[in-house]
Amino acid sequence: MEIMLNGEKKEVTDNITVSRLLEILDIQHQRVAVELNEATVKKDRYATTTINDGDALEVVSFMGGGLCTIQSPR
Amino acid sequence: MKDDKLIIAGIEFHSRLWVGTGKYKDFPETKKAIEVSGTDVVTVSVRRVNIIDKNKENLLDYIDPKKYKILPNTAGCFTPKDAIRTAMLAAEAGISKLVKLEVIGDEKTLFPDNEATLEAAKVLVKEGLIVFPYTSDDPVMAKKLVDIGCPAVMPLAAPIGSGLGIRNPFNIRIIMETIKVPVVVDAGVGTASDVALAMELGCDAVLLNTAIAGAKDPIGMAEAMKYGVLGGRLAYKSGRIPKKLYATASSPLEGMIGS
Repeated sequence: MEIMLNGEKKEVTDNITVSRLLEILDIQHQRVAVELNEATVKKDRYATTTINDGDALEVVSFMGGGLCTIQSPR
Repeated sequence: MKDDKLIIAGIEFHSRLWVGTGKYKDFPETKKAIEVSGTDVVTVSVRRVNIIDKNKENLLDYIDPKKYKILPNTAGCFTPKDAIRTAMLAAEAGISKLVKLEVIGDEKTLFPDNEATLEAAKVLVKEGLIVFPYTSDDPVMAKKLVDIGCPAVMPLAAPIGSGLGIRNPFNIRIIMETIKVPVVVDAGVGTASDVALAMELGCDAVLLNTAIAGAKDPIGMAEAMKYGVLGGRLAYKSGRIPKKLYATASSPLEGMIGS
């Protein structure tokens, strides 16, 4: 199935969990946060939250930035 | 000055200088500037993880969250919805319940959209976050933000990154007299005298980024800002003399030769 991962299309196995996807991507759970279809996923739900075809997933972490550091506002 | 504590929402802040982490040459320079500034509050943005290049260094490898209070921000958000999403993600990252709420209303000036900020703040306060909103230097707006549960407000000194310093010290004064929570001047500071002025006005803290990161020598400027804050705060606590139009001699007039 195909999902949107950080704004880009990605092919993943059907009904994959958030925690399995992070494992495949080699991303540590600490220091990241995950959003599925615009709703934050609690860390203790990673293992039980499955991703469906067409879902949009965002994986974020903290970067350098003080005040508004945008490049291109929507 | 030892008992001159800044406590917001039960959290004790040891420094009145808060700094950003953007625009530095690299992470080692960021780290060094932050160390030299003497701050204990560091603001960071929330951005997508680089999926392709996972080996890229992480800011938090350089800025130890045990040593510094991490203040995630919603920089770059133009709508309440995006700011709320970003703040909720930041909170879920599990490092901090603090958030510097920023909802920008204009691309050119980067002035905040106060109405949208208030809307987002209401939601985030209800979600249990400690919301420090970036706002115009508007006392009415500041009061509204406090009324809905913000434990501090962050009025701008001048447009973000402009280095113009405090454009309207009178409004900042009125904000401080209007609300009973700490006031943190945010954005537009250019040099050490600007932060000293903010402190002399009685502001509780100053947040800045570009003034240090964009200086010719960021490490030197970080140190200058540290002393600017300390000097300004001490002057405020010590009570300056009133301004007068005419001279007052500081040497005794008795005993002068020829008298």
